[in-house]
Amino acid sequence: MLDDFFIRALLAGVGLALTTGPLGCLVVWRRMAYFGDTMAHSALLGVALSLLLEANLLISVFAVAVAVSLLLLLLQRVHALSADSLLGILSHSTLAIGLVLVAFMSWVRIDLMGYLFGDILAVSWLDIGLIWGGGIFVLLSLVFLWRPLIASTVSHELAEAEGLKPERARLCFMLLMALVIAIAMKIVGIMLITALLIIPAATARQFAGSPERMAVLASLFGAVSVVLGLFGSLYQDTPSGPSIVVAALCLFVVSLLPRPGQPTSRDPISGGSR
Amino acid sequence: MLAEPGTADRILVTMSNAGIRRQGRWLVRGIDLTLRIGEIVTLIGPNGAGKSTTAKLAIGVLKPDEGQVTRGAALRVGYVPQKLAVDRTMPLTVERLMNLTGPLDAQKLAASLEAVSIPHLMKAEVQHLSGGEFQRALLARAIARDPDLLVLDEPVQGVDFAGETALYQLIGEIRDKTGCGILMISHDLHVVMAATDTVVCLNGHVCCRGTPAAVSQSEDYRRLFGASRPGIAFYNHQHDHTHLPDGRVQHRDGSITDHCHPEDGHHHDGHDHHHSHEHRRSHSHDHDHVHLPGLTGERHA
Repeated sequence: MLDDFFIRALLAGVGLALTTGPLGCLVVWRRMAYFGDTMAHSALLGVALSLLLEANLLISVFAVAVAVSLLLLLLQRVHALSADSLLGILSHSTLAIGLVLVAFMSWVRIDLMGYLFGDILAVSWLDIGLIWGGGIFVLLSLVFLWRPLIASTVSHELAEAEGLKPERARLCFMLLMALVIAIAMKIVGIMLITALLIIPAATARQFAGSPERMAVLASLFGAVSVVLGLFGSLYQDTPSGPSIVVAALCLFVVSLLPRPGQPTSRDPISGGSR
Repeated sequence: MLAEPGTADRILVTMSNAGIRRQGRWLVRGIDLTLRIGEIVTLIGPNGAGKSTTAKLAIGVLKPDEGQVTRGAALRVGYVPQKLAVDRTMPLTVERLMNLTGPLDAQKLAASLEAVSIPHLMKAEVQHLSGGEFQRALLARAIARDPDLLVLDEPVQGVDFAGETALYQLIGEIRDKTGCGILMISHDLHVVMAATDTVVCLNGHVCCRGTPAAVSQSEDYRRLFGASRPGIAFYNHQHDHTHLPDGRVQHRDGSITDHCHPEDGHHHDGHDHHHSHEHRRSHSHDHDHVHLPGLTGERHA
C-alpha cells in the first residue's frame, strides 16, 4: 500500500510531465535550451524577492522569469553581445543575486536545497490542483498557438509574411514557459527544470514522424520518467527530483539503441542542422 | 509605375518612397513600387542591393522607417524565403510542411507537389531532401495556398538547370492560370526574362526599371552589373554586334544583317562553349554580343 504523500508526488509529477512534453519540444526545436535554463535559474531571484517583499512565491517567480526574458529581448536588440553570452550573464547573475539575497535575510530560514533540487514528496493537494489547473491552461494555450508556433519555428519570416503573427505567439510562449517554471520549481527544483523539458523531447524525437506526435510522446516519456524515478527513489532512498531526471536519461539512452526495422541513417540528435 | 485610371482595384501592394534603416545605414531607400494582379515583377541587383529587404517591406515582414507601404485588405501572400533551415530535431514531412501556415485539402496538396514534380516525396522528411527538392517543396507550399501575391526569393536556387527552366515556366503558368501577382528575386536575368513583365534593378535604391528588354539595354543596368557582377556574362564585354528583338543582328558599325557572321567570333564550330542553347548563370566567358531579353531563344547558331 502506497503512502498518501507518495500518491500526491505521483500525481504532481505526472501532471507536470504531461505539461512539459509539448513545451519541451518547442524548446528543443527552437534551440532555446539555454534560454529555458536562464529562466529557471532566475527563479531563485524570484524566491528571494518573494521572501523579501512577503509576496506570493508563485507570482514572484513568474514575474522575475518574465522580466528576465523581456530583458534578454531588449539586450538582444542592442546587439552588443551574442544571445549566447547574454544568456550566460543573465542566467548566472540572477542565480547568484538570489543566493546573495537569501544569505542576507538572516531572519528567515529557507530550505535552499528544496528550491534548487525540488521537494516533490512535500507537495500538498493545493499544489496538485495548481499543477493540473496550470497544466491544462498551458496545454490549451499551446493547442491554440500551435500553428503559428510551429510555422515560426520553421521560419519566422514565413509565418510573418503569411499572417500568423509569430511575434505574439513567441511572447505567449515565453509567458507559458515562465508559468511552467514557477509551477515546476517545487517538483524538480530550479536546477533540473530544463532537464524535464528537454530530455523527454529528445527521447520522443527518436520515435516521432511529425511534430504533433513528438509532443504527445514527450509527454508520455516524461510521465513514465516521473513514475520510474519516484519508485526508484522510494526503493533506493535517493532524492526524488534527481531520480526523475536520471530515469528520463535512462529512457533517452535506451531510445538511442538501434531498433529492428529502423533505418540506420536516421540519427537526428547527433547530426548538425541542414 | 503610376496607377492608371481603372487599375486601382487591381493593385495588391503600393510602396511609395519606402526606406528601411539599420544601425544608421539605409538598406534601401526611396523605393516606389506597385504590384498588381497578374503582373510578374522581378527584382535584380548585386549582393547587398536590398532585394530581399525590398520584398520583405512589400509583404510587411519589415516595417518601413520612411515612406509608406500599403497592402490590400486580406491580401493572401505565398512566400518562399531565401533561407530556411529546419532544425533536425523537428520531425517534418513534406506533407506537414505543406500545411505549415494553414490547413490544405489533400487534393490541392497532391496537385501542387505534382506541379513541381515531387509527388513521390510527400512522405519524405524535409531534412532528407536535396537543396533543389526542398526548394520545389517550398514553391509547392506557397502556390498551394492560392495566394493573391506570390513572393519568391530566389525560388530556383539549388535546382538543376533543366528544372530551373521548368520551374520558371511553371511560375509563368501559375500567373496565367490564377491571375496572382508575383514578386520575384533573381540574379539570373537570362532565364526569368520570358515571363517577367517588369524588371526593377536595385542597388539600395531603384536604379532603373522597365521591360526586361529595356532594362538590359539601359546604361544604369550595365554600369551596375558590368562593374560588380562579372559572373553575369553578358554585360561586361566588348560587343561588336547586338541581336535585335526581331532576330536580326546590328553590328558595331551600325549595319544590320539577318545573321551574325563567323568572324563575329562566337558560338560557331570549334568553340567549346555552348551558350547558344543553354545559359548557365555560372558561365563567365566573354562572348561578344548581347542576347536580347524577351526573345525566347536565339535566332541563330
